[in-house]
Amino acid sequence: MRIAVDVNGERYDSEVEARTLLSDFIRHDLGLTGTKVGCEHGVCGACTVQLDGEPMRSCLMLAVQANGRSLRTIEGLAADGEHPLQRAFHERHALQCGFCTAGFLMSLEPFVRESREPSEAEIREALAGNLCRCTGYRGMVEAVGQAARGPGDG
Amino acid sequence: MKPAQFDYAAARSLDEAIGLLGEDAKPLAGGQSLVPLLNFRLARPELLVDINGLTELARLERSDGVLRIGALARQAALERSELVAAGWPLLSKAVRFVGHPQIRSRGTVGGSVAHADPAAELPVALAALDARFTAQSPRGRRTLQAGELFLGPLTTALAPDELLVEIEVPPPPEGAGSAFVEHARTHGDFAIAGAAAVVAPAEYAAVAVLGAGPVPVRAPAAERALSAGADPREAAALAASAVEEDHRRALIAELVRRAIEEATR
Repeated sequence: MRIAVDVNGERYDSEVEARTLLSDFIRHDLGLTGTKVGCEHGVCGACTVQLDGEPMRSCLMLAVQANGRSLRTIEGLAADGEHPLQRAFHERHALQCGFCTAGFLMSLEPFVRESREPSEAEIREALAGNLCRCTGYRGMVEAVGQAARGPGDG
Repeated sequence: MKPAQFDYAAARSLDEAIGLLGEDAKPLAGGQSLVPLLNFRLARPELLVDINGLTELARLERSDGVLRIGALARQAALERSELVAAGWPLLSKAVRFVGHPQIRSRGTVGGSVAHADPAAELPVALAALDARFTAQSPRGRRTLQAGELFLGPLTTALAPDELLVEIEVPPPPEGAGSAFVEHARTHGDFAIAGAAAVVAPAEYAAVAVLGAGPVPVRAPAAERALSAGADPREAAALAASAVEEDHRRALIAELVRRAIEEATR
């Protein structure tokens, strides 16, 4: 089936099988391997991307359903890899192996954009849709708080 | 894993969608329950009928005082709706427990209902609100109550060629408060137990329980006791009394008590 998808501001025309998952389309067909595939049943959040601005699991959508829609993947978060959330993750040691990181960043980007002074409980709830097996989340809680507060405040 | 092969049709009208449904043809809405089943190959339909283009099913509006939720309305739309927050706050409260924002952005209210997971929050909240569920098939339309629709775990009275199209929620009684509480290991996980309450003290009470059985159950004995002025602890014990396992019974009694107290605060 023919689909046309806007990904990170670039238009892609592709031929896909009906059963191709959006996550596999992004990685295999588009070569955008920043998006990771973990559990492939919507639990771990590693494959989170944004569809028309809203975070969603790319393993729970068919590529054909993205026809005519707009996607943002980790490659589109910031051209230089220096989104404030990425910087905060770096500075606060909010990652170890890094496999889950892209999913966390794509999930949390709207949260840090919309919350000014989130409480720890709010941050932990915002983190709850993604799993990390390395960090214990402490660094992430700090990083999200820092990114939400914005520049000029450690 | 990856889904087995299937044919795919993006329905352009409700009639077309219903005409395509059948034993081996499943409707695809938000996909948050169906796609995991496809990925595990626990579901192997021959045809997927994508109803995401049927925007007339995405409505969320009030008419004649009744809230009408199109089956395709996203859980995120329910969560963000000021109309729902003002008139049906129980639904606003319950939907925040459904998965995570990344799930609710795609997941639909109708999908939660039609999938009928015993741990799903929205069927319990809708049962407490006396919601009515309208389904359409080539034989016409029919409307069911929660007690008629939910038959068992992941099992509803919907026929293979029947599509849930609308959920009608009557307004809660004037002056009634409401609450939804649940116990889960972490926020967004499947709940072990939960309770929905709509209460106007000594006047009206509706209590629905999650985790007391394979389907959402109302607690009529607790409701009668509350309407007659019983205190929350007494009513909660009645709501949990039929649960066999000790831990679950204690958990449900406590959650129902909290729901009643929060609803009447």
